[in-house]
Amino acid sequence: MRPILMKGHERPLTFLRYNRDGDMLFSCAKDHTPTLWYADNGERHGTYRGHNGAVWCCDVSRDSSRLITGSADQTAKLWDVKTGQQLFSFKFSSPARSVDFSVGDKLAVITTDPFMERTSAIHVKRIAEDPQDQVSDSVLVIENPEGRKRINRAVWGPLNQTIVSGGEDAVLRIWDAETGKLLKETDKEVGHKQTITSLCKSADDSHFLTGSLDKTAKLWDMRTLALIKTYTSGVPVNAVSMSPLLDHVVIGGGQDASAVTTTDHRAGNFEAKFYDKILQEEIGGVKGHFGPINALAFNPDGRSFSSGGEDGYVRLHHFDSDYFNIRI
Amino acid sequence: MAELDIDTRAGKLGIDWSQVNLDSIQLPPGENFGIESDDEGVYHDDQLEFDTGFGNIIVVDNLPVVPKTKFEKLENVLKKIYSQLGVIKEKGLWMPVDPNTGMTLGYCFIEFNTPQEAQNAKEKTHGYKLDKSHIFAVNMFDDFDRLMNVKEEWEAPQTKPYVPGENLQKWLTDEKARDQLVTRSGPDTEVFWNDARQKNTELYWTESYVQWSPLGTYLVTLHKQGAAVWGGADTFTRLMRYQHNMVKLVDFSPGEKYLVTYHSQEPNNPRDASKVEIKVFDVRTGRMMRDFKGSADEFSIGGPGGVAGASWPVFRWAGGKDDKYFAKLSKNTISVYETETFGLIDKKSIKVDNVVDVCWSPTDSILSLFVPEQGGGNQPAKVALVQIPSKVELRQKNLFSVSDCKMYWQSSGEYLAVKVDRYTKTKKSTYSGFELFRIKERDIPIEVLELDNKNDKIIAFAWEPKGHRFAVIHGDQPRPDVSFYTMKTTQHGGRVTKLGTLKAKQANALFWSPTGKYIILAGLKNFNGQLEFFNVDELETMATTEHFMATDIEWDPTGRYVATAVTSVHEMENGFTIWSFNGKLLYRNLKDHFFQLAWRPRPPSFLSPEKEEEIAKNLKKYSKKYELEDQDVSLLLSEQDREKRKALKEEWEKWVKQWKSLQEEEKLARQSLRDGEVSDEEEEEDEAKEVKEVEFEDVIEVTEEVVQE
Repeated sequence: MRPILMKGHERPLTFLRYNRDGDMLFSCAKDHTPTLWYADNGERHGTYRGHNGAVWCCDVSRDSSRLITGSADQTAKLWDVKTGQQLFSFKFSSPARSVDFSVGDKLAVITTDPFMERTSAIHVKRIAEDPQDQVSDSVLVIENPEGRKRINRAVWGPLNQTIVSGGEDAVLRIWDAETGKLLKETDKEVGHKQTITSLCKSADDSHFLTGSLDKTAKLWDMRTLALIKTYTSGVPVNAVSMSPLLDHVVIGGGQDASAVTTTDHRAGNFEAKFYDKILQEEIGGVKGHFGPINALAFNPDGRSFSSGGEDGYVRLHHFDSDYFNIRI
Repeated sequence: MAELDIDTRAGKLGIDWSQVNLDSIQLPPGENFGIESDDEGVYHDDQLEFDTGFGNIIVVDNLPVVPKTKFEKLENVLKKIYSQLGVIKEKGLWMPVDPNTGMTLGYCFIEFNTPQEAQNAKEKTHGYKLDKSHIFAVNMFDDFDRLMNVKEEWEAPQTKPYVPGENLQKWLTDEKARDQLVTRSGPDTEVFWNDARQKNTELYWTESYVQWSPLGTYLVTLHKQGAAVWGGADTFTRLMRYQHNMVKLVDFSPGEKYLVTYHSQEPNNPRDASKVEIKVFDVRTGRMMRDFKGSADEFSIGGPGGVAGASWPVFRWAGGKDDKYFAKLSKNTISVYETETFGLIDKKSIKVDNVVDVCWSPTDSILSLFVPEQGGGNQPAKVALVQIPSKVELRQKNLFSVSDCKMYWQSSGEYLAVKVDRYTKTKKSTYSGFELFRIKERDIPIEVLELDNKNDKIIAFAWEPKGHRFAVIHGDQPRPDVSFYTMKTTQHGGRVTKLGTLKAKQANALFWSPTGKYIILAGLKNFNGQLEFFNVDELETMATTEHFMATDIEWDPTGRYVATAVTSVHEMENGFTIWSFNGKLLYRNLKDHFFQLAWRPRPPSFLSPEKEEEIAKNLKKYSKKYELEDQDVSLLLSEQDREKRKALKEEWEKWVKQWKSLQEEEKLARQSLRDGEVSDEEEEEDEAKEVKEVEFEDVIEVTEEVVQE
């Protein structure tokens, strides 16, 4: 498996997202410019210019026409995927951390960080079909859901009825997407022990995977919030992803960037580790980054995946045929 | 709790204070309201000190009875004696006088400034001979009540019925002859059986620091109030406690009869030396045999490294199981104590000017000592062997232009290697050589060994346990050489001979197997945990591997396994790995905040060397049984494993089915959310599944060719 190195960002990667057809890969980094790549050969297609701060997260609509990005410049922006044109900008009074389109792409959930006097918040925006009609009013705002703690990721639950959020207080919460009422939360016993850094939904919205700095990734039932599986890694987890094709999960991370030793790059363990989703056993690892892995994404066809690191590289891996015959 | 808080809490619980009759509440009797404190041990361990205010007064008995005329003279004598030991308070000395005769009564009271001074004065002058007939009997004033209450008549102590103790060495009778190891990580201390297949923990405490006794019978833990030893047949129970507040370090005698505990206290005034207290306990009875107090300076000479204040162990025990002697090095003297009386041998220390290091032979009561050069090289440095208790010098060697010496005893006490660092002629740098003493031979011959390249730096040295060989790492970093030497060969008899040199190894530490023959050349620290498992008999490498960032390496006591560990000095990948003797990775155990790993030592084998040899010869016969057992177990385990996996898969299938049905139910709802677009994801997924399951085996082409001969 020879990776394709995609060097287009000047700062650490933050997020990776494939479109539904699996031919496009969107990458976000701290360098203000989300970038679009051909998911096949790793060529750069174009960039989305307009943000004035680190871009934390993005999502692409089902028909690959719209892109939404959340940035530390306190805005979330809508883009025309094809032209790279900015369609709309939602302004907040604190950095936007995570964005997610609903089923049908008519709604988007955006989370904002605690900043100055402001607490963290979950905003639900209606996305108009015609960008001319777009308004910046929120359909729903859940204020202060985790107090002063940051929410790192919020996504839609099945049928847009719920919103699932996780962040610095290590608790996963399910909110009613209509009323904003708290429906469920994980208890301390089974839940994560430290900051939840990443969250990845299964293709059918039935379950999701979370990664945490407590060196574990956990698999949850999206409707009941029941813990299904736990995968232990030796290092803090920054990114998680699930194979849509095989029963594999991949988790990545590594020693905190500020604590990386200068002696040997192996010390940090900057490896994308593959686990058997059902047996929770480690299958193998993909090395290559020389900084912690911050983002992971599977191609929807399950035949390639890409990883983005603190080192500023995106590495695109097309699996060899032996990968599909792994037996343990 | 503030009143407001109480009110709000009461409100929450639905209690109306006005309705509550406080007098009707009956609290359970007892000071603790019937609630047992869970830190019971703490209270009982702490001996409360009652401050009567008389703690600084001593009573001196057996004074001469003198008339009034001599009163003042005696008083002056006493003042002279006691003001050396502490500050006597003003009017602090009171000698009662018989009002009828005007004669003194033969005793006096002395009040010091502090209780410590009083204690000190008591210890130093009890038994002081003023003259032949007047030997002081000194007591603390506070002790008098207790002393007065001693019954006049002697009561025979009741004989307790004999309770057979547990077999403290039961772990040795383990059917699979497994070894145990203790680990400390985070707040847990755990004891494991070394077993790749069953990694179950035996039990755990939550304590600070642990250490095995040399023969593995006890595990000692350190607490605020002192040390405790644990042991037992099946589980670890506390066998004995040794009271020593804020104990910092412990050390066992080699036969585990005695335990030495150490405590040092930082002085209030930073210019003073810190105070050190060392106690020697009898392990089995828990009785304190002797304690030593003093400033850290008295204990700080000799020995490399150690803790601040004193070098540990302060007391070095003579080899062998008898635990007869222990020695302490201090300035210009070596104090050797014997355990029968816990006093100095012949009541005298051995005077050796400027001695800096002493080492016991591991098996005999022979002490080796090193004295560095004096007078700018006029007086040579000296290494000497001294027999204890006779204090006869068995052998000595003078060495010239020496900068430093280090002594290494071979584990069965047959050889002593002294690494000598000498100055070169210019005195700018040093080079090293070895002086090898053959202790068991007549007249103790000494051989001088120099490395092939004299200028090589010596990085590590290690004797083969119970063997005649030793290994040296020498040369320059980062790729030093490793050489092996033997003290005995068939051709050369009693000559040291080189067996071979391995060039350019990534190693900086040597770890011999406890049974000899095998050695690990380890590259710790800058080498990131390179490990080379080496067979010295065949002079061949068995395996080269790596435990990344490894900080600690320890062989199990039987030489079958090796544990390598990454301790909490590194942040990442803390935990330990177990290898077979030939470098095969057996299993890993990752634990955050990993502090310590220690194998449980085994007592020496009872088998005679001949018997051992016989077993080694017929190893095949013996090992058959174990191989069969192994096979059975691994079959069973793989069966269990399969079962477990099957169960997991089934459970997963169940979930997925449930999800699928929900997915099906919501299909229409989803379609409407997508403005009627047909959701086709499910079908795609099914297709993908099928692709995965089908396996093809196609014969593409078959051709026949004649092979030419």
